[in-house]
Amino acid sequence: MKPANNTTFFATLRDLPWLWSVAGAVIVGIAAMMSFGAFTAGNMLSAASAFVVFTVLVGLGQMLVVTSGPGNIDLSIPATIALSGGVAMRVMAAHDGALAAGIVAAVGTGIAIGLFNYALIRLLRIPPIIATLSSSFVLQSTAISLGRGSAAPPPMLENFALSHVAGVSSLAFVALAATALVAIALFRLVPGRSLSAVGQNARAANLAGVRVERVRCATYVSCSVLVAIAALLLASFSGGATLDMGADYMLLSVAVVVIGGTQVSGGRASPTGVWGAACFLFLINALLNASGAGAGVRAVVYGGLIIVVTTIAGGSPAARR
Amino acid sequence: MNTTTAARTAPSRAATRRMDLKAALPVVSLLAVLMPMAIIQPNALSYFGIVMLLNLGVPIVLATLSQLAVITANELDLSIGSFVSLVACIGATLLVRTPWLGCLALAACVLVYALIGALIESRRISSVVVTLGLSFIWNGLSVLLPSPGGTSPEWLSSLMSFKTPVVPAPLVWTALIALVAHLLLMRSPAGVALRGVGGNSGAMRRFGWSIIRAKALLFGCAGLFGVLSGLALLGLTTSADANIALRYTLLSVAGVILGGGEFVGGRVSALGAVLGAITLTLASSFLSFVQIPPEWQIGLQGLILIVVLSLRLVFRNRGGRQ
Repeated sequence: MKPANNTTFFATLRDLPWLWSVAGAVIVGIAAMMSFGAFTAGNMLSAASAFVVFTVLVGLGQMLVVTSGPGNIDLSIPATIALSGGVAMRVMAAHDGALAAGIVAAVGTGIAIGLFNYALIRLLRIPPIIATLSSSFVLQSTAISLGRGSAAPPPMLENFALSHVAGVSSLAFVALAATALVAIALFRLVPGRSLSAVGQNARAANLAGVRVERVRCATYVSCSVLVAIAALLLASFSGGATLDMGADYMLLSVAVVVIGGTQVSGGRASPTGVWGAACFLFLINALLNASGAGAGVRAVVYGGLIIVVTTIAGGSPAARR
Repeated sequence: MNTTTAARTAPSRAATRRMDLKAALPVVSLLAVLMPMAIIQPNALSYFGIVMLLNLGVPIVLATLSQLAVITANELDLSIGSFVSLVACIGATLLVRTPWLGCLALAACVLVYALIGALIESRRISSVVVTLGLSFIWNGLSVLLPSPGGTSPEWLSSLMSFKTPVVPAPLVWTALIALVAHLLLMRSPAGVALRGVGGNSGAMRRFGWSIIRAKALLFGCAGLFGVLSGLALLGLTTSADANIALRYTLLSVAGVILGGGEFVGGRVSALGAVLGAITLTLASSFLSFVQIPPEWQIGLQGLILIVVLSLRLVFRNRGGRQ
C-alpha cells in the first residue's frame, strides 16, 4: 500500500505473521455485522466461539508438525479424530462416573497414534506425508471395526460442551488454555525452542546438541494428543462420535496453519494466527452459507484461499535452494 | 580423486547391480501377489479372469504415471485422486451434453496443472500444501457440476470394452501405455533432461534450462495423464461422482515407489511404476478374493503400502549405501 517505508512495513509483517489472519477475521466480522445487523452477528460470534474451538485445537497440532521442518504434515488427522473420539465414547458409555477414564482413553489413543506415526516415519524412512496417509487408512479401518453403534457422551460432558459463559462457549476456555500451553512451550521452554531449531535446519540443530529425533517424536505425539482432545470435545458437542466427524478437519487444519502465518517450510509457528485464521474461516463459511452457497463453493473458496496465501507468503529460499 | 579406469568402472558396476535389484522389486512384488492368487483361484489367469482383474487397473496405471511425472520434479501431488474424479464427472456431464465445452474444460484442467507446476517452482512453495488446496478445488468443482447420471460418451465406453483377440485388452492397453511412457521419459532427450531437473536442478539451470518451464511441462504431463485416467475410468464404470477416485492419490504414490522410484532426485522408472500400479490393483482384488471383511479392506491397503515401503528399504540396504 505505502511504497515509501516498504522495508520497515514488511519487517513488521514478518515479525507479526498472525496479523494478516486476525485482520482478515476482523474485516469479515465487520462485513457480517453490516450485512446481518448487530444482533445476528452477535449470535454468530457466540456460535463461532464453540465451533472455532475444534479447528483451533486441530490446527495447533498441525502447526507443531508443520513447524518441525519442510515436508512434515500430518494427514492422519481425520482418522485420529474418528478413532480417538470413538474410543473415548465407548469407554465412557454415557456414564458420568467414567469421565476421567474417557479422557485418559482419548489422550492415550492420541499418544499411541502419534507414536505409531512417528515409528513409521523413522523406521521406514518415508516422507511423513506418505507415512501418515497410510497410517490413516489403518486407523480408519480400526475406527470402523470399533465404532458399530456409537455411544452418546456422558451428560456431564455434554452439558459442559454446550454451556456458555457470558455468551462465550465454555469450550473456548479449554482451547485458550491449550493455546497458552502450546505458546509457552513453543516460545519459552527448551523443547519448543528445539522444535523451531529443528524446523529451520535439522542438521544445524543436531550439531548444536538438540536431540532431533526426540523432538520430532514429541511433535507427532503432541499433535495427535491435541487432535484427540479436539475429538473428545467434538463428540461431546455433537452428541456422540461418528466416523466421518473428522472429515472436514483435514483441510481446515492445513488452512488455519497456512493462513495463520506459520511458515510452511518449518521453523516458525504462530498460535495466535491459528485463532485468527480459524475465526476468519468460520465467518467466511457463515457468510457463504447465508448467501446460499453449497459445500462445493465452500471447498473451492477454502482451497483457493490456501493456494493464494501460500503463494503470497512464498517459500523460504534457504529451505529450497 | 579416482583417476584410473579401474576405479571408474568399479562404482559403475556397483551402480548397475543396484539398478538390477531396484528393477527386481516391482517384478518380485508382482509375483508375490500373483502366485498366491493363481493358487487360490486358477481361473484368475484365464482371458476373462485377466480382463476382470486388470480392467480397473488401466485408470490406476494412468494415474500412477501422472504421479510419476510430478515425483520426477521432486514434488508430490495430493490432488490426483480428486482430479481424476473431476475429469470423470466432466466426462459424464459436459462431454456428453456439449462435447466442445467438455473438451475445453479438460484442456483448461491440464493448463491449470501446468500453471500450478510453474507457480510451485517460481514461488518455491510446498507442493504438498498447494496440491492439498487444489484437491479441494477439484472436489468442490465436481460437486458444483450438474449431478452426473449413468451416462458416458459412446466412443469412450466402446473403446474401453473393446475385446482384443488372444491377449486381453487391459494387458494390451497397459503394455502400450508403459511403452509410450518409457520412451518419453526414459529414452527421449527431453525426458532425460526433465529427469535431470529432478536430480540436480541447479546444474540444469546452469546448462541453460528453465526450471520453471520444465516443472510446468512435467505438471502438464501429469494433468494430461490424469485426464486420460479419468476418461478411462469413466469408460469402464459409465458413471461418475465426486469421490469415485479419491483412493488413487495413495495408490499412485505407492505405485511409483513400488516401481523403484524415489521421492527425491528424479530417480524414477516408468516401466516399474506401471508394474507397481498393476501389483496394487491385483492386491486389492486379492483382498476381496480371500474375503477380508469390508471394514478392514481399506486398512489392509494401508498395511500393504507400509509393507511395500519396508520392502523398498530392504532392497536398498542390500543394494548398498547410497
